[in-house]
Amino acid sequence: MIRVLTPLPVLLPLLGAAAALLVGGRHPRIQRTLSVLVLSAVLVVSVVLLMLADADGADAISVGGWPVPLGIVLVVDRLSALMLVVAATVALGVLVFAVGQGAADGDEETPISIFHPTFLVLIAGVANAFLAGDLFNLYVGFEILLTASYVLLTLGGSAPRIRAGITYIIVSLLSSILFLAAIGLVYAATGTVNMAQLALRLAELPEGTQLLLQSMLLIAFCIKAAVFPLSAWLPDSYPTAPAPVTAVFAGLLTKVGVYAIIRTQTLLFPGGALDDVLMWAALATMLIGILGAVAQTDIRRILSFTLVSHIGYMIFGISLASTAGLAGAVFYVVHHIAIQTTLFLVAGLIERQGGSTGVDRLGGLAKASPLLAVLYFVPAMNLAGIPPFSGFIGKFGLLDAGIADGGWLPLVLVGAGAVTSLLTLLAISRVWNRAFWRPRAQSPVGDTDAAAAADAGPELSAAPLEEPDGPDGAAGGSTAVRSSARRAAWQRHTAVATATTPATDGLGDGGSADRPLQPLPRVMVGSTAVMVAVTVALTALAGPLYGIADRAAEDLRDRGPYIDAVFGGEGRP
Amino acid sequence: MTPTVVLPVIVGVLYAAGVYLLLDRSLTRVLLGFLLLGNATNLLLLSSGGAAGLAPILGYAEPEEMSDSLPQALVLTAIVITFGIAAFLLAIIYRSWRLVRQEVIEVDEEDRRIARRSDTDADDIDPDDLAPEDRPAMHADTFAADNEVERGLARQYAGMASDDVDLPPTRRRKR
Repeated sequence: MIRVLTPLPVLLPLLGAAAALLVGGRHPRIQRTLSVLVLSAVLVVSVVLLMLADADGADAISVGGWPVPLGIVLVVDRLSALMLVVAATVALGVLVFAVGQGAADGDEETPISIFHPTFLVLIAGVANAFLAGDLFNLYVGFEILLTASYVLLTLGGSAPRIRAGITYIIVSLLSSILFLAAIGLVYAATGTVNMAQLALRLAELPEGTQLLLQSMLLIAFCIKAAVFPLSAWLPDSYPTAPAPVTAVFAGLLTKVGVYAIIRTQTLLFPGGALDDVLMWAALATMLIGILGAVAQTDIRRILSFTLVSHIGYMIFGISLASTAGLAGAVFYVVHHIAIQTTLFLVAGLIERQGGSTGVDRLGGLAKASPLLAVLYFVPAMNLAGIPPFSGFIGKFGLLDAGIADGGWLPLVLVGAGAVTSLLTLLAISRVWNRAFWRPRAQSPVGDTDAAAAADAGPELSAAPLEEPDGPDGAAGGSTAVRSSARRAAWQRHTAVATATTPATDGLGDGGSADRPLQPLPRVMVGSTAVMVAVTVALTALAGPLYGIADRAAEDLRDRGPYIDAVFGGEGRP
Repeated sequence: MTPTVVLPVIVGVLYAAGVYLLLDRSLTRVLLGFLLLGNATNLLLLSSGGAAGLAPILGYAEPEEMSDSLPQALVLTAIVITFGIAAFLLAIIYRSWRLVRQEVIEVDEEDRRIARRSDTDADDIDPDDLAPEDRPAMHADTFAADNEVERGLARQYAGMASDDVDLPPTRRRKR
């Protein structure tokens, strides 16, 4: 059973992408239905895989029927099945959100016929990376998802996206080349790229060679996971993409890197040679990331920096190299995928409702849209690790594992983790206080903003007058209709004129804060609400989930189940 | 079968040149650097299979004399991936170049906007075309109460040197 299902999470999205591309722009409705159906099927398959893997242990299939160390192997164990389930869940949520957004915008702004196939290819790449049983297939999985992400990040080809996209592409290319070179060296040293066989053969190498190979792989994966010295590309490139794209990137792509680091540190190099280095990196990632978040004023940039910062927690758990630490890291990965995706979706809704993601331009959202306030508040508190939520459980597990380790460096990291948690609370409650809690009239529409509004035209500059009393205070009648039409025209005009300034720096969307409040599209709100419900469900189901994470960590520490699954009953060579 | 020193030297030279080009600001040079790095890595992969031998076909050569076919398969995959990404990079560079060229046009756009504004005389504006808040104080169709408008404008432009609050002060945005 498990052998039949294993290739499906890769195959289904790839076939779906081909079909979606064929259906193309002529039948957008069929295309949308198709991609939603495909991802739902992937989700179902992943859940079944997780249940089977948790009950029966790891299993593997050799694609094409080649004998084991020669062919391509796909391996399902508890960790990869768990990652598949979470990935499919958030991908489905984001896809429904994107469908809602496309329907609301009339499908004109984004080349939507490209979006769906590319999104499915991205998911196929993520699934392939999670299932890969050999290093080169892992590389291919990375390349599939990265190439799809290049297209998604530069969707529409506007100047800020191209600028951000080029940084992202070149950094990713560098890490891919490093990974490929490491594969070449690994093959030269051991004569295999099969991970189970590598687990046995790498230990026979001289220590220096092992260290070189391990550090090359780790550097390549740390770039993808955005661990501190290699994380500068992330806050620069993520915020400019469309909201659903940023959401799925933030949730999944960095976690694929974390997954690869887990495999490297447990399966390939269990000796713990670089654990101290990783621990220092985790410390720097947590603190520097969160200090960056505190300094920002744009919600998407704040979230990007918290994303970097919280990667540090997972690296901390991995570098502890204990079962408790790994279990905490696995649970935290699951929690963080769901929570970060949800928050970026909420940021997309905030931008839609408030016309901006700059906290200095927002205000009164709690009164204007109480539902949106709830949708932000719950995952935000979860991210900061306020007790009842899964964020608290994950952080507590990690800090507990750190204290249990007993060394001085883990204790320093426990302290840093607590500080990071508090600073996260500070960063996100500042967003809450400014964007949601204060009256809109108090938002400091600064000097440059007023100038920008004045520069854009008289229609725009007049608008903040009607803000204090909300949409009801706007003048009615035909004049209002005409003036709002003129205002929209001016906004289009200024959007063209300021297209070179990134929309996130606060100048590009000058004057858009006066956009009248419109009801949010139901599909977008609905999918975000479901995602929030999923993050809450992670709390409710924390017991069984932590159980799976615990057993996955035991498998990882043991290595036996993985290796035996690959070599089957034939015994190790 | 003696190991050759030529391949490692070439790989090293290609890596050095590739990294040098990758550090340039010009996107075309970055692309060339990426191509060099990709080829260097392909050579590295190829040389990881050991020295060259006969074609790995059963019956054609003894297994001891065959060259390792797996690195060749890996290199083929890597070449295809490099090729595809190089094509995408070219497209991005072309797009970026077009956008940079359009920046010139865009400055033009702003110039035209400002030129149009300087042409406009306050007397030529039809008050009905303006938003209610922008109309002269005594205009018939003014919706918002005039003193409210005054207060609002004063609040909005507080701290700006303008004695005529009816008209928003024109000022270039800081870039």
